[in-house]
Amino acid sequence: MTMPYYASAEQVMRDRSEYARKGISRGRSVAVVTYVDGVLFIAENPSSTLHKVSELYDRIGFAAVGRYSEFESLRVAGIRLADVRGYSYNRRDVTGRVIANAYAQTLASVFAEQMKPFEVELCVAEVGESADDDQLYRLTFDGSIVDEPDFVVMGGQAEAVSGHLREHFSTGMNLADALKVGVRALSAVSPVTAGSGNGGATTLTAAQLEVAVLDRRRPKRAFRRITGAALRTLLGDESAAGEHGKHPAAHAPSVPEPGTPPGLGDPANPDTAGGTEHGGEATPED
Amino acid sequence: MNESSAGRSGFPPAYLDRVGSSFTDFLGVTAPDLLPGRRPVPQIPVGDITPHGTTIVSVTYDGGVLMGGDRRATMGNLISSRDIEKVYPADSYSVIGIAGAAGIAIEMVRLYQVELEHYEKIEGLTLSLDGKANRLAAMIRGNLGAALQGLAVVPLFAGFDLDAAEGASPGRIFSYDVTGGNYEERGYAAVGSGSLFAKNSLKKTWRSGLPADEATRTVVEALYDAADDDSATGGPDPVRRLYPIVYRVDAEGAVRLTDAEVAAVADGIVADRAEADRANMEREATSRGSQP
Repeated sequence: MTMPYYASAEQVMRDRSEYARKGISRGRSVAVVTYVDGVLFIAENPSSTLHKVSELYDRIGFAAVGRYSEFESLRVAGIRLADVRGYSYNRRDVTGRVIANAYAQTLASVFAEQMKPFEVELCVAEVGESADDDQLYRLTFDGSIVDEPDFVVMGGQAEAVSGHLREHFSTGMNLADALKVGVRALSAVSPVTAGSGNGGATTLTAAQLEVAVLDRRRPKRAFRRITGAALRTLLGDESAAGEHGKHPAAHAPSVPEPGTPPGLGDPANPDTAGGTEHGGEATPED
Repeated sequence: MNESSAGRSGFPPAYLDRVGSSFTDFLGVTAPDLLPGRRPVPQIPVGDITPHGTTIVSVTYDGGVLMGGDRRATMGNLISSRDIEKVYPADSYSVIGIAGAAGIAIEMVRLYQVELEHYEKIEGLTLSLDGKANRLAAMIRGNLGAALQGLAVVPLFAGFDLDAAEGASPGRIFSYDVTGGNYEERGYAAVGSGSLFAKNSLKKTWRSGLPADEATRTVVEALYDAADDDSATGGPDPVRRLYPIVYRVDAEGAVRLTDAEVAAVADGIVADRAEADRANMEREATSRGSQP
């Protein structure tokens, strides 16, 4: 192996940052938005199996952009850390902060010590008892960690999406409104809807989106994906929105595929593992 | 916890390196001391100084499967607990009941619950019911050494099979032996010290395709019969309001029946038995009276 020419530490770091940034900016964006009952994840993701959004623990969710193989291994590591901690202490002792810290340390050491930094950006979200206790941690490729209020946008056109969200976001929105604001912000910059001026689609459709919520009203595992009919109804035109009124207490029901884990489908069907005394969650208010 | 907690440099390499969806396998690499089967086995039999759980009963019915357990734990000839819970939901479509050394059994149930949830989160899909039953068998197999020193754990596993073939019963029951042998049972099963009596009871009361309420009664009645003849099985306790724990698993998921529901069934059985006994006494009295 030949010795490389001397490069200053500053130069090396700058090159790595630029490399990581470039990689991340090629990907599509993800928005994580708080709403009245928790946290909403919206990802532009045409694949229904390669997820960008995931459950980490009872009240903790994960979203990522960038290189899939890298954030997938980080996602699995986060689930492992959460489960090991929850198993050896107690389920209540697993917090978003612990997981976010581990991510920050890992990303920082990879950034400093390895040739190639991780080309990822992560968000760890946790729902608390009330909206004030919700936490959104945003983690960048160099291990910086920021505790953001209201919303986090990551990926290709994060700046533009953030700008759009800043204009239209308000605290305490219901799920349908939050989803609409988020989808509109993502649609504004997406290459898929770039042809809208020429008669193409103006907003992303259900098939192009991966949507999930951390719903604080759910008894144990707060994470739930919103897919299929439920998502289409929520995204739906203004007539469908009126149906939800001010309190979208539950989301339009969908029939889960066989083998779907709890929380990934029918809202009337509470997950019972370990939390059965709670019976069920709030029934829809029609 | 040194190995298993995230250190100064973030995740230990094992967290990021290995690909695998099993929590037990992962703990085996990163923190083997947390696994029930990986600890040194006592050199002398210790069965008499640890609490033991007793009878668990499970039956299928027309919409799924039911599992019930009494509330007693014994330590030698003492009752160590009157209100222990021995039936737990394993995940949203399956339940697990345990008989044997209570401490190890409850630890195993916790591990098993995390195992199933861990797989679900990593894979985005639940294991098939047979897959779940096999994972449990592996866990029991790991405990064989301790089992031979009196710390056996024998579970009963039941669940609603979402992939059940058309016409086949979606409710399925699996029983185990201490070596990890895994047997699918037809219709009903029982484990624990009172299982002999419980099975004899079910033999007469259970039939296939019972509706949920009648099947619930067969479960509670089997536990009543077990408690009648087995000192290690507790019967319904109306003084302390302690009744068997019964879970129902159907297409909607696993639900624990409320104490009030089980109490009503148990009280009904006690009343029927008392009535039958009173009728016997009366018959005896009349036959004595009619004789000169």
